[in-house]
Amino acid sequence: MIQSVLFAGVGHLAQSGSGCLGPNGTSITGLCTSDNSLHMPVAYRSILPMLVLFIGALVLLLVSALLSKRSRPGLYPVLSTAVGLAALVASVWEWYDVGNRGVSTIGGQIFYDRFSVFFGVVVSVTVVLASLVSDSYLRREGLDGVEAYALILLAGTGAVLMAEAAGLIMLFLGLEIMSIALYVMAAYHRRRTESGEAGFKYFILGSFSSAIFLYGVALTYGATGSTRFQDIAGYLARNTLVHDGVLLAGMALLIVGLGFKVAAVPFHFWTPDVYQGSPTPFTGYMAALAKAAGFAGLLRTLTGALSSQQANWRPVIWLIAVLTLLIGSVMAIAQRDLKRMMAYSSISQAGYVLVGLQAGSAAGTAGSLFYLFTYAFVIVGTFAVLGLIQGPGEARNDLGAIRGLARRRPGLAMAMLVFLLAQAGVPLTSGFLAKFYVIEASVQRGQYPLAIIAMLAAAIAAFFYLRIALLMYAGEGEAAGPAPALEPAGGGAEAAGEAAGEAFVADGALTAGLQPVPSLDGATATLTWEPPPEERIAIPPAVAATLAICVVFTIAAGVSSPIIDFARHATAMI
Amino acid sequence: MTVPGAWYLVLAAVLFGIGATGLLVRRNVLVMFMCIELMLNAVNLTFVTFARLLDDIGGQASVFFVLVVAAAEVVVGLAIIVAMFRRRAAATADEIHILKG
Repeated sequence: MIQSVLFAGVGHLAQSGSGCLGPNGTSITGLCTSDNSLHMPVAYRSILPMLVLFIGALVLLLVSALLSKRSRPGLYPVLSTAVGLAALVASVWEWYDVGNRGVSTIGGQIFYDRFSVFFGVVVSVTVVLASLVSDSYLRREGLDGVEAYALILLAGTGAVLMAEAAGLIMLFLGLEIMSIALYVMAAYHRRRTESGEAGFKYFILGSFSSAIFLYGVALTYGATGSTRFQDIAGYLARNTLVHDGVLLAGMALLIVGLGFKVAAVPFHFWTPDVYQGSPTPFTGYMAALAKAAGFAGLLRTLTGALSSQQANWRPVIWLIAVLTLLIGSVMAIAQRDLKRMMAYSSISQAGYVLVGLQAGSAAGTAGSLFYLFTYAFVIVGTFAVLGLIQGPGEARNDLGAIRGLARRRPGLAMAMLVFLLAQAGVPLTSGFLAKFYVIEASVQRGQYPLAIIAMLAAAIAAFFYLRIALLMYAGEGEAAGPAPALEPAGGGAEAAGEAAGEAFVADGALTAGLQPVPSLDGATATLTWEPPPEERIAIPPAVAATLAICVVFTIAAGVSSPIIDFARHATAMI
Repeated sequence: MTVPGAWYLVLAAVLFGIGATGLLVRRNVLVMFMCIELMLNAVNLTFVTFARLLDDIGGQASVFFVLVVAAAEVVVGLAIIVAMFRRRAAATADEIHILKG
């Protein structure tokens, strides 16, 4: 009865069009004329995945408040996964609903096209994978609770908003919604000092980059008179700016601000610290999500709104891409901490997406989108494996922790091998096709030096990916034998002060003892002086399922790829 | 006598520069935090000035979004700082040195 009344009311509102009714059905005079711009029809279908994720987060918090504490330990990850799946379904529905249209809705602040829907799919998938992976880690660390999943969903909401934004202000809002949730996630491990430190560093540098981005928004607004992408593009198409200093400064600041978020090289300093300190499954989520959303913003801004300024931003992106590719790959070789190594690896992966962006063409955008989608599976899977082998309390993140993994856990080692090969760009994995598409797009625009540098960086990066793979497949028994011979490669890049650390390496007890705190150093060194006891790594079913999904997708997307067709349909059309 | 719009823009740029420099130079965590706020407010001043110069309400509306976001950022940032320095004597960034390499 009540429902029918409610529905009747909604139908009445929809029919009346203007919707200018007071609480009792009376018309509010003054506020509601027929051409009143205050009334804004909301096209809910255009923000469906975002709504699902956001309402899902609220429902999670509500459920946790209603249930008694710890009454349902496994409930929240299940709910969070269900919300992620619902958002995925909503995104897929939107894909067919939107077709090849591109419309700006909700007061011209949301752009509804296949580009935004594509990122809806990417984010939903990432949310599902992260929810599945996080459960066992959080329980192991005694951090079980609803907050983690609410944060995962909220960060996803922000990421989708970034892709759906039709203007720089909405882009900024999405950026902040995502970033603020990610700051808390980085600092989520209350008892690990490293985690708090990672959260703090991420917060300070993230806010710094947000402020820079925002100043870029303000300057672009001043130069073009609007913050909406379509208006900016239209203004720049109609007018030739004689004094374009303000616009160029704004553009540079926008690139810097978003470059921070995707960890491109001159702005990458936070990445290794934050990736190392954050809880491991969250690191994978952060790497996949922040990169996808940041690049969504960059693609929308540069190839969409500022496409007429290609002559100005393409050289800048060229330089950033080269630096990102080379420095990311080279620095990763010198790392001894697995999470840190993967942080530099993710920096160098961002370089390839920048290569696609630099092409400034539809093919380049499609290559970048494909790269981001496939990379999400690879990086979440990689950090899921690292989360399993590091042991309780994240005791061991050093290279030695993964030694002999193939003998202890062949399946886990095989999954890790697939992820490593995909990141190295070996054929028959998604990483190969992803690199191929961006480099192809770059060559099509005549960027031969950039293409060669990208391939060179892939060769350098292959070195440390294969080094991890070799460590996994080197037997535990011969750990003191051939394995250390692999180590000195990065030794040259190390500071002389870490010679003591090298001594541990030579003794086969590759510890996390490179940390500079003396007392801690001594403690870990004595603790792990003996070869570590061979504890069996338990693989929880949810993580196993996630790894299986990631491996299957990585191989399937590398063999024959309908994904690239989706990506080609989703190139931004502002 | 009216002040030319460009002066406001220069003032905002100077404030932004002071904030950015302070963030990079100062070691006290709370001062670093205030520097970020200074940068955001410099942006607000830029927005309002441009809105005035362009005779467009959009820039002034943007300021409200920035204010709300800044408030949310303060809440989370202070919480992280408190959680982090609860067991430490002084809130300086020099103590944050475990993660490096």
